[in-house]
Amino acid sequence: MENMVNVFLFGKKYSVPENLTIMRAMEYAGYQLVRGCGCRNGFCGACATIYRIKGDRDLKACLACQTKVEDNMYIATLPFFPLVKQVYDMDKVAPTQQIMMQLYPEIYACIGCNACTKACTQDLNVMQYIAYAQRGDFEKCAEESFDCVMCGVCSSRCPAGISHPQVAMLARRINGKYLAPKCDHLENRVQEINDGTFKELIEALMQKPIDEMKELYNTREIEK
Amino acid sequence: MYSEKFTDSIKAVEAARAKNIAYEPARMTAQEKEDLLKAYHPDYKETEFAELKIGPNKGERVPHELCATLQANSRINPSDIDLSKIDYDVDVLVIGGGGAGASAAIEAHEAGANVMVVTKLRMGDANTMMAEGGIQAADKENDSPAIHFVDAFGGGHFAAKRELLRKLVCDAPEAISWLSDLGVEFDKDKDGNMITTHGGGTSRKRMHAAKDYSGAEIMRTLRDEVLNRQIPVVDFTAAIELILDENGNASGAVLVNMETEEIMVARAKTVIIATGGAGRMHYQGFPTSNHYGATADGLVLGYRAGAKLLYAETLQYHPTGAAYPEQIFGALVTEKVRSLGAKLVNAKGEVFMHPLETRDVSAASIIRECGDRGNGVDTGNGQGIWLDTPMIEAIGGEGTIEKRIPAMMRMFGKYGIDIRKEPILIYPTLHYQNGGLDITEDCMTTNVENLFVAGEAVGGIHGRNRLMGNSLLDIIVFGRSAGKNAAAKAKDVKVGALTLDHVNAFANERKAAGITTDEVSPKLLPDYRNK
Ligand SMILES: Cc1cc2nc3c(=O)[nH]c(=O)nc-3n(C[C@H](O)[C@H](O)[C@H](O)COP(=O)(O)OP(=O)(O)OC[C@H]3O[C@@H](n4cnc5c(N)ncnc54)[C@H](O)[C@@H]3O)c2cc1C
Ligand code: SF4
Ligand code: SF4
Ligand code: FES
Repeated sequence: MENMVNVFLFGKKYSVPENLTIMRAMEYAGYQLVRGCGCRNGFCGACATIYRIKGDRDLKACLACQTKVEDNMYIATLPFFPLVKQVYDMDKVAPTQQIMMQLYPEIYACIGCNACTKACTQDLNVMQYIAYAQRGDFEKCAEESFDCVMCGVCSSRCPAGISHPQVAMLARRINGKYLAPKCDHLENRVQEINDGTFKELIEALMQKPIDEMKELYNTREIEK
Repeated sequence: MYSEKFTDSIKAVEAARAKNIAYEPARMTAQEKEDLLKAYHPDYKETEFAELKIGPNKGERVPHELCATLQANSRINPSDIDLSKIDYDVDVLVIGGGGAGASAAIEAHEAGANVMVVTKLRMGDANTMMAEGGIQAADKENDSPAIHFVDAFGGGHFAAKRELLRKLVCDAPEAISWLSDLGVEFDKDKDGNMITTHGGGTSRKRMHAAKDYSGAEIMRTLRDEVLNRQIPVVDFTAAIELILDENGNASGAVLVNMETEEIMVARAKTVIIATGGAGRMHYQGFPTSNHYGATADGLVLGYRAGAKLLYAETLQYHPTGAAYPEQIFGALVTEKVRSLGAKLVNAKGEVFMHPLETRDVSAASIIRECGDRGNGVDTGNGQGIWLDTPMIEAIGGEGTIEKRIPAMMRMFGKYGIDIRKEPILIYPTLHYQNGGLDITEDCMTTNVENLFVAGEAVGGIHGRNRLMGNSLLDIIVFGRSAGKNAAAKAKDVKVGALTLDHVNAFANERKAAGITTDEVSPKLLPDYRNK
């Protein structure tokens, strides 16, 4: 017999097996999920959820697909949070501090309360990455925010109304496009292909009988 | 945290670790692989397949669950749909908001088309978001598109359509360059050289990655670009039937709002199916690594409208799905774990195969080890094999795991398993739909005009098995191409009178074949209620 615990989904009590995730517990209770369920494995940020264990002062946040139920857990899903996403042309933004000032000026109103970091479902140092963004240190902001699943929980807790995941998204794109070192071997290869360098080789493969292709495959040299 | 029952086996793994690290297991011969697959790979399990009785692939065998959904009833009664009341009227309609759909939308927009995306969940709630390992491209000195071609062709059992594969490998470096230019952060060294690794079946290290969030990094960047271009995205809206015009050309789709169930009509000059895979069909009862909406919808839409499927009977079972703990049963353990040096070890602490055979061979070998050979570990929820992750730190140095596979560390860490110090238990999981709609090099289906397909919904690019890293690649290469071609084609399309006659015709065929079923399709979402 499975051990059961009591959970309160939007305040209503259900008895569910203790080894389930919050997401599975909702289904066990009879919910057919549409909103609030995407990848089911911690990558998409669709399943942001807030909860409180009865008697605790702390309000906690998590991803429903990644978190086990506990006894007396009061659960509310947060499948959507109104983030602000500014529209910009990547070819025209420049990797300078001004761009943050222009697009997301509210980051400069951060009061340093650290509520975002405490709430982050991925345990990221959110306040820190916002501080990097303020300084226009996009590389560090990108690094610090890399594992962000854009669930929006941090923003739901922020007194300054910052849309953290969108700020980080801009920083990562700027870093990837403008600041990361250029890749020469990639550019060369694209050029070679455009010049038709491999055309003959490939065309030969297009014609080769299957037996010869097998021979080629089975005897190919494999890089150590 | 591992309970006591695993202690003995873990000890055996630890005791053999140093020896196992040094040991270089032989690769299987072509003959050994063939015999192994025939005996143990799920694709060869005759009793799990049924013959299609109707539709363009009549007479061919596909998994029971796919057969049922392809031959099921439509969700609509065509006579209830008012095709003169058009809710959306566009040049290019993209169905599916994953990586293929987003790439297609961006390129169609770039070409000046009026393009719109409909997607079942949110944009990015998709298999693309979950890809961990990486994306292939032959861009290093010691590599070439021709070598990439041979690897992929052999890995797919010499069944790929060569003109599709040629396009995949030749456009690969340009695809990486396009992504970089959009701001995707690939792992690079300080000089800008890509840090690349092997994947199962590759003969050169050509796996590019963004840590083990490769797909997420690509997907969120593409999504951001779609939003920056202000391309309309209609989310929580599924396509449930294609609309043709009087000439039999694809001309739009019937849509349903997933929450309100409102039905809508979208008219378009060209349509792109980018609905992804089918893991949530749980073929043969396997768990899956796929996202919630992976239910083969695109195959159903296309099939009813007369488009042909290719290799729909071949599925990819990823060798390393999580077998323990139960909360993550079936979730993917990226192949990169093996690329970085972890080996597969049985209950007795023995390395029983080369860790980087192709996926189908690896999966079959694990099934054999747990089954007939009886060397699996009892997980309480089935069988599993050890993947000895601490080897990675021993080989690559302390910190390698945190730096290169943080998502894996986090996934197991949540359940008290520190993969830097403890091995993990794995078993094959349903991962990828190798087959799909049959297309030509321009991404249009072979027999329905103006119907384009890109991504996992396509069949034939990889043949009967796909190498890691070639799917993220195909969604970019073919997604972009579908977008460009659909936009170009839309320029001279005059849409005729809209019709759903093909839905009626298919129903008649069903009746004539004596098929009676209450099932409706596309399935849209699995039902896990009360389970
Ligand atoms: C866990 C995991 C790890 C992977 N790792 C790798 C890797 O390392 N390298 C690699 O190359 N490949 C990898 N793959 C495979 C690769 O990620 C996918 O094959 C690829 O991303 C599919 O892209 P897509 O755009 O075709 O489909 P998806 O990204 O799945 O997008 C399909 C979209 O269509 C929507 N949709 C479905 N049906 C409908 C409908 N009826 N109406 C409207 N919308 C609909 C879906 O909700 C979804 O948004 C991995 C896959 C998984 C699941
Ligand atoms: S930083 Fe914010 S949006 Fe990103 S994962 Fe953490 S809580 Fe979610
Ligand atoms: S919650 Fe908002 S105000 Fe508080 S530290 Fe985070 S960003 Fe600053
Ligand atoms: S469903 Fe994607 S993170 Fe939980």
